[in-house]
Amino acid sequence: MSVPVGYIARNLWTRRVTTLLTAGGLALVVFVFATVLMLDAGLKQTLVNTGEYDNVVAIRKGSETEVQSWVYRDQAAVIETHPGVALGPDGSRIASRETVVLISLTRSGTDKPSNVVIRGTSDSGLLLRPQVKLAAGRMFRPGSSEIVVGSGIASGYIGTRIGDRLNFAQRDWEIVGIINAGGSGFDSEIWGDVEQLMQAFRRTAYSSMVVRLKDSGGFERFRADIDIDPRLAQEVKRERVFYSDQSRALSTFINILGLTLTTIFSIGATIGAMITMYSAVANRVKEIGTLRALGFKRREVLLAFLMESMLVALIGGLAGLAGASLMQFASFSTTNFQTFADLTFGFMLTPGIALKTLLFALAMGVVGGFLPALRAARLNIVDALRAS
Amino acid sequence: MFFLRMVLRNAFRHRLRTALTIAGLVVAVLAYGLLQTVVGAWYAGADAASNARLVTRNSISLVFPLPLSYHARIRSVEGVTEVAYSNWFGGIYREPKNFFPQFAVSANYLNLYPEFVLDDEQLLMWQRDRRGALVGRQLAEQFDFKVGDMLPLRGTIYPGTWEFVIRGIFDGSDETRITRQMLFHWDYLNEFVRKVRPRGGNMVGVYISGIDNPADAAVLSREIDAMFRNSLAETMTETEQAFQLGFVAMSDQIIAAIRIVSYVVILIILAVMANTMAMSARERTAEYATLKALGFGPRFLVLLIFGESIAICAIGGGLGLVLTWPAAKGFGLAAGGIFPVFQVSAETAAWQAGSALAVGVLAAIVPAITAARVRIVDGLRAIA
Repeated sequence: MSVPVGYIARNLWTRRVTTLLTAGGLALVVFVFATVLMLDAGLKQTLVNTGEYDNVVAIRKGSETEVQSWVYRDQAAVIETHPGVALGPDGSRIASRETVVLISLTRSGTDKPSNVVIRGTSDSGLLLRPQVKLAAGRMFRPGSSEIVVGSGIASGYIGTRIGDRLNFAQRDWEIVGIINAGGSGFDSEIWGDVEQLMQAFRRTAYSSMVVRLKDSGGFERFRADIDIDPRLAQEVKRERVFYSDQSRALSTFINILGLTLTTIFSIGATIGAMITMYSAVANRVKEIGTLRALGFKRREVLLAFLMESMLVALIGGLAGLAGASLMQFASFSTTNFQTFADLTFGFMLTPGIALKTLLFALAMGVVGGFLPALRAARLNIVDALRAS
Repeated sequence: MFFLRMVLRNAFRHRLRTALTIAGLVVAVLAYGLLQTVVGAWYAGADAASNARLVTRNSISLVFPLPLSYHARIRSVEGVTEVAYSNWFGGIYREPKNFFPQFAVSANYLNLYPEFVLDDEQLLMWQRDRRGALVGRQLAEQFDFKVGDMLPLRGTIYPGTWEFVIRGIFDGSDETRITRQMLFHWDYLNEFVRKVRPRGGNMVGVYISGIDNPADAAVLSREIDAMFRNSLAETMTETEQAFQLGFVAMSDQIIAAIRIVSYVVILIILAVMANTMAMSARERTAEYATLKALGFGPRFLVLLIFGESIAICAIGGGLGLVLTWPAAKGFGLAAGGIFPVFQVSAETAAWQAGSALAVGVLAAIVPAITAARVRIVDGLRAIA
């Protein structure tokens, strides 16, 4: 027979202040742990949403990002006419020639500029990215100095409402719409007509080329053909791979920083739990003796104290998780070191993260509670009963 | 004397508990110090930047270059002493993770940077070699570069494999200078660009101008920008410091997060410490009542509890503080040059000591009030 759970819970209630302080310390650690995991999940989600599986991006060999890459007009024509490229409803090929540059805009709340991606695209570009929907206003008209801004830009930067004008490359560009790209990286971009942007920036080459494959399995063949074509200096990647490659450094950074922090913090919180449990044992020597005298075994006493510690950890874990779940309403934006452009993403709480977080909290409880519980279990019945 | 002895005896009555609390304090103070140092390291580039240099870039963004012809025009501005220019190269040394900054610079670049100290002979050797490169001491130490070594880079912006010969290693004039970068001849880069794209070339990433009087920086910046207004490449000029701070601002949310988290660790340890003090005080309620019965006033009890709390925090905080320097050194090495300057500032140390003290004071407040208020009769009856 094991020690009743009611006894364990009531012990915690008797020492509410101590329980609360210990659980509070654990909750803070759990909060940091969960937030980091959520941030990384949010970043990954953003990237997965950004890329379509059957889309393929072509950039110049050796360039890491679209900004550094170029595709000349004749090269674009070669890639577009490859038989592996899908045909659209009107019979034309689903391929978009795009120009990608960075402009600096002022982030609201600070007076500091940040780099924002401005992408020149076309009707095919919209066809290629079905996740991009118009949230307000209308789409830019081809051949005009009109632009649409992503929802992350509209909410995070000064002067980016519909009707505002942005001045760059010797022109005023009118914002006519806001696009919602379903939490993908396109929410952090500005879109306009590719030919207009090329002229304004005085570019003679596109930055990249995005095409839809006719069938998914044709990718290897497509890649091989592009690779060996002597007219081309481009390499192709699946869009999803392309975007996740681009943020690998940021993701690694968030993970390493977050996990280092949580490890250090968990030491502090575990020590807190240990102190509490040692004192719980020390104050209850007589009680433990009585329990043993009643016939409870050493193992059961050990388990009872371990459960008590885990219960504190669980309370802390749930409180921390509750706090972290509120972070889902916040968004995070930072410069991606690889693309040098701003990327906005959210905190995403998944069942997996919730489970991991609670297990982490319980683990801290077990580690913090084990030694004190062991001490309790080892007490000699006679000595314990005599304790003052 | 009696008081102090009593405080220390009390503090170490529960050896294990006190030891654990001190261990927690050490970890927290150490973590706080390291996190603040990480934030400081982020700003290191901006701190080392000068107010007496202006940086002119394309107003659209750094990605767009400026024509070489601007060089002479910026130099003609009254108050500008010397104008150098540089291009970001963005090459990869073996693997992307070996990232370090590489700049193609004009011949007079080092005149503007007296903080980079280079041997005259090495400077001459570099000037004579078209493919010559200079590397900073920190960079040289990281990859074990020596004068005369070949340094191959894979270009990302400028395609192809580039081979440079290291002709010199420059030092920083003092320890806070970041010398984790590589410089090579702008002419060499330009030659390549013109070969690949006959109509391209003669483009410059940024212009760096030395000015007579830092107080004129704002006026001169406006004057330079006014010269190029309504041209194909409008400019944006600011002090080097503001330019560097612009980079820092790009990751300001990460910095803010690290800052917040560094306060969280103090909160965690506050919870642990407050718990320790609350437990100790609760166990000693009967003792406090006895002391009161003996004639000691509530003030004595309050001092006793504050003394104990502060003593524990002083020991934990002190140990944490002392360990911060070796830990920072180890961390800096482990981070492999992500943070070229990773030094614990005096300010950080002061904040560490201050927060340890604050934790000591805050943790004692509630137990002290309770002890001061306890009635002798109730206290003597209390059971821990």
